Amino acid sequence: MSAAELPTTAVDIAAAVNAGEVSAADVLEAHLAAVDATESEVHAFNEVLADEARAAAAVIDQRIAAGENVGPLAGVPIAVKDNMCTRGIATTCSSKILEGWKPPYDATAVEKIAAAGSVMIGKTNLDEFAMGSSTENSAFGATKNPLDTNLVPGGSSGGSAAAVAAGYAPLALGSDTGGSIRQPAALCGVVGLKPTYGAVSRYGLIAFASSLDQIGPFTKTVADTATLFDVIAGHDRRDSTSLPQAIEPTVPHLDDGVAGLRVGLITELMGVGEMAEGFEPEVLAQTRAAADALAAAGAEVGEVSVPSSIYGLSAYYLIAPAEASSNLARYDGVRYGHREHGAANTAGMMKASRTAGFGPEVKRRVMLGTYALSAGYHDAFYGKAQRVRTLIINDFDRAYQDYDVLLSPTSPCVAFPFGSKDDPLSMYLNDVATIPSNLAGHPAISVPFGTGRDDLPVGVQVLGPLLSEARLMAVSAVLEAANGEAAA
Amino acid sequence: MSEANGGDSLASVSDDESLVLSAEDVAKVADLAMLELTDDELATFTPQLAAILEHAHDIEQLDVDDVTPTHHPYPLTNIFRDDVVEAADVRDEALAMAPDAEDNQFKVPPALGEEM
Repeated sequence: MSAAELPTTAVDIAAAVNAGEVSAADVLEAHLAAVDATESEVHAFNEVLADEARAAAAVIDQRIAAGENVGPLAGVPIAVKDNMCTRGIATTCSSKILEGWKPPYDATAVEKIAAAGSVMIGKTNLDEFAMGSSTENSAFGATKNPLDTNLVPGGSSGGSAAAVAAGYAPLALGSDTGGSIRQPAALCGVVGLKPTYGAVSRYGLIAFASSLDQIGPFTKTVADTATLFDVIAGHDRRDSTSLPQAIEPTVPHLDDGVAGLRVGLITELMGVGEMAEGFEPEVLAQTRAAADALAAAGAEVGEVSVPSSIYGLSAYYLIAPAEASSNLARYDGVRYGHREHGAANTAGMMKASRTAGFGPEVKRRVMLGTYALSAGYHDAFYGKAQRVRTLIINDFDRAYQDYDVLLSPTSPCVAFPFGSKDDPLSMYLNDVATIPSNLAGHPAISVPFGTGRDDLPVGVQVLGPLLSEARLMAVSAVLEAANGEAAA
Repeated sequence: MSEANGGDSLASVSDDESLVLSAEDVAKVADLAMLELTDDELATFTPQLAAILEHAHDIEQLDVDDVTPTHHPYPLTNIFRDDVVEAADVRDEALAMAPDAEDNQFKVPPALGEEM
């Protein structure tokens, strides 16, 4: 079977590999060829694991030959964000402070995708420690948007989004703390899901802001996102914040449709009022078009206010740095990572190692967090932000009394040029629509819907209450179909 | 941003006294965070951090004293497991990744060595 005839989605690849129609090795070689063709321009990966992947694919083909069903991701290449621990394989967080570090264990999500038969093809680039919205903060150089290499892919999981958009892998794992899956998915024209907090184990995900971080999928299709989510979701006793209850599989709900479903456009995120600035008119128009498509499919569409969402950005940029300043205290040059030699004492070594190992954005956030937690400011900043978090949750709870899902743009704008958001605050404003879901712990998904400025893809965000992933998939599948019809 | 180097010029960053962040404040915070900043970095970071805190001013003005803070999306508490010893035989792998090790221990410079 020639490369042109190979299936392209994860669902189709796994079915063909399990049926013995194509080999995992052939699927892998086709994707490695795609990497060879353009990766030097895109730089999606910190490391391409060609040898390891070939060995893994060979094992899968042997198991197929022995008559085994290898699993729902049989032979599917997958790219993994380089902030998830992979045993014996460098895990850097795109930071000089972890350059070359090889973890002694696998993240639970990494174990699960391997157990489902997937083939890890590489570790993807990110903004250092997942702090950023463009991958420009990577210590190893930015990832380029495969649609136009003059533009950012979004971030922080920009490498994972680019890997899927460039055809290096049908699947990728990212992590989302304030939009780091959904925003790059939107900017690269792929699907990206931030699951409910606690639905996917964070064990082995290197911590940025522990009460917000969540691992989730990047894919080209909604069915692939549902398939990957079902694989990685579930309780993990090694993560004490992992939800104890069983997570409902989402694949069976892909064709549920939206008849009678109540869909609410979030007023504050539709370019009116205080947060209007920065929302591109084409992005807003596509979001309304998405709402129209859902209405045409039988949904009842309205508009709903989530008033506290306008405070989300401020709350997030106090809570996330506060947690980061604590989480990143462990990088002191003692047990792992970069050590600066020559200091006369331990404290001097720690300070010199951190100073040399962290990039400017990480330093900025660690200092911001240290400040927000320091005596005299703790209540005014961190304490206040945590109370605002409650307000946002209460507002969402009220909105979900009248609506089953909410709708907004994922990012206020389409992909932007490198260096165009040099001022940290203007970069932070890019997260305004994605942050509220992280603060609430709710799931949200970005689905490509039409194009905006310069024919670049627009992502529409579907938000739901806790553990509503199955519903989000049903809505996303309708949007995907409508988007396909519009493009045809 | 060299004109921002120094406390006086930074005072104009905000009209609100409580939010003024001086270069001295940033230097102190950097020290608490075990980071060393050059004068240039201090001049760059100070107005940037002040601008972010300025933006956070919107929530500082909210009256939310009666609102319960959310520390975590789910109020899970007391997650127990059985107290059973499990194999975690990664000592050699962990030590192999240490910047310096000796006799199965992490090695650091003297704790009380002379200041740099």
